[in-house]
Amino acid sequence: MYKDYKFSNQIKVLSISLTLIGLLGILYGFYAAPSTVEEAKEIVASMSHDSDYGGSGYGESDHGDSEYGYESSGYEYDHDKHVFNQLHNKPWAAIYVPALFFMMISLGVLAFYAIQRASQAGWSIVLYRIMEGITGYLFLGCLFVLIILGFSAFKFNHLFIWMDPEVVSHDEIIRNKIGYLNIPFFFIRSIIYIAGWVIYREITRRLSLQQDENNDISVHKKLFKFSAGFLVFFLVSESMMSWDWIMSIDPHWFSTLFGWYVFAGMFVSGITTIALITIYLKSKNYLEFVNNSHIHDLAKFMFGVSIFWAYLWFSQFMLIWYSNIPEEVTYFITRIEDYNFLFFGMVVLNLIFPLIVLMNSDFKKTNFIVILTGIVIIIGHYIDVYNMIMPSAVGDMWSFGPAEIGGFMFFLGIFLYVVFRAISKAPILAKGDPFIEESKTFQYYNLD
Amino acid sequence: MSSKSLHVLFDDDDILLDAVKQIVKSKIYINEIYTPFPVHGLDKAMKLKPTNISIATFIYGCIGFTVAVMMMNYIMIVDWPQNIGGKPSFTLIENIPSFVPIIFEMTVFFAAHLMVITFYLKSKLWPFKNAENPHPSTTDDKFLIDMETGTNVAKTKTMLKKLGAISIDVINNDEDEK
Repeated sequence: MYKDYKFSNQIKVLSISLTLIGLLGILYGFYAAPSTVEEAKEIVASMSHDSDYGGSGYGESDHGDSEYGYESSGYEYDHDKHVFNQLHNKPWAAIYVPALFFMMISLGVLAFYAIQRASQAGWSIVLYRIMEGITGYLFLGCLFVLIILGFSAFKFNHLFIWMDPEVVSHDEIIRNKIGYLNIPFFFIRSIIYIAGWVIYREITRRLSLQQDENNDISVHKKLFKFSAGFLVFFLVSESMMSWDWIMSIDPHWFSTLFGWYVFAGMFVSGITTIALITIYLKSKNYLEFVNNSHIHDLAKFMFGVSIFWAYLWFSQFMLIWYSNIPEEVTYFITRIEDYNFLFFGMVVLNLIFPLIVLMNSDFKKTNFIVILTGIVIIIGHYIDVYNMIMPSAVGDMWSFGPAEIGGFMFFLGIFLYVVFRAISKAPILAKGDPFIEESKTFQYYNLD
Repeated sequence: MSSKSLHVLFDDDDILLDAVKQIVKSKIYINEIYTPFPVHGLDKAMKLKPTNISIATFIYGCIGFTVAVMMMNYIMIVDWPQNIGGKPSFTLIENIPSFVPIIFEMTVFFAAHLMVITFYLKSKLWPFKNAENPHPSTTDDKFLIDMETGTNVAKTKTMLKKLGAISIDVINNDEDEK
């Protein structure tokens, strides 16, 4: 009937070479990271003369006064050791950011998929197999994140300072949170989230394929029930995941809408990825049943959720800026002083650009413009995740070096390989869905 | 111009849409269509030119944005600077984050209200205006096409009957004016 996707050599070669080049970058990053405090001192000395080093420049910024509570609470503060920890963290943070980013793309798509199933949406059924392909990366992506967290727990790095008992013993704020922030409970929680997401993904994938064989309505009902239940679980687990995997990197700071903020970011990057892959496959003459109304709808989502993301970004920023409470506002002070260009540049990429470009209805159905905006949104949200992790992990020692770029390429390569392989594993159209005809003939009345 | 026109009644929006496409194809001019609810695709079928109201709305939004910025600048910076929680109140740019919600709301307010008012003026709707629709059922469950008769009234009538019209009235416009 319809031409099923065959895993093309083009993608295979591209993804494998991205992974290998990325791996080299990561290895170089680890090789260049200091292993002793003395080496860190040397690196810092050579950096302060280097003009293209990002941030405000070492030595000018007087960071560390209130950034880490343990410094002022009787713990003997050693600046060189602090800088050593930051530089030592750098390659780890450089792989943690893209690992998290691509895992969250997959998770965002899973949430989008569950919403389509639970709302029994008509228009999106032709895209189900693409969404299932993208969520195929979820298990591997979560595994990568979990492994990096495991390295943190076994003291290979200093990303999560609350995992270090020495720091905790000198820090009253973290000590008060120890009932929640302790290593065994942290990993039990993490495994519960991952298990919940992956089990839902596998069940719906199996049911969806089973639906292709027989048009049994009970399968449709089961998919609906699982999706509605999953959304309840996801709402809680995603919020907790964002506290655990992202917010706890800054254990003194908290924001009550952080879960929503992270969700908005993953949701828009997930939808953008669906749009990008759909347009790519369409350009390769697959997906002949996808018309520009489907693309138009995806672009509407990209537009809307970009604004939603900006709304949450600004709500979080303005409340903290206005109240000006020291332990809260340090979060934004580090970002504005040391990451100024990235912090505000990201808002241009994630809000202003999609807002202006995708406002026009004609642009939303034009593949070229959707691709262009999509790439901008993906880069913008990568920088968003970078901004969540890096300031707490490496302070003002950030840069876009081989480790950061390599890390991004490494996970992009694996992501592409897994996703396209998963798409090629199943028929390209979920033809058993009871609403499939509605989806195939979907036409937004205002489009030609 | 012929002084006669036809009032053709339909009872289904899909039948209406198909009929309109046929009428347009046979080059008979449609004055107006009265429907109890918006029928998607009707404007395309009637070959009406696309509305410019979205561009007008964008401009109204820009006006609202400007008004809000100027208003907040006057109120909070120029006229009566207030120290709220120790926040800077001497320049607009230092204080802009606290004005963003107001700017946003004013933009939406201007865009929405001026758009609706523009729409009313364009559609010639204002308070205490008498209803224009020729048949009260068009506010209930019927659809009415007000159209020219075409060169041959009888022929047009048979065509419309075939298209699913439930009643056809010939209206003599000259009599109305007397």
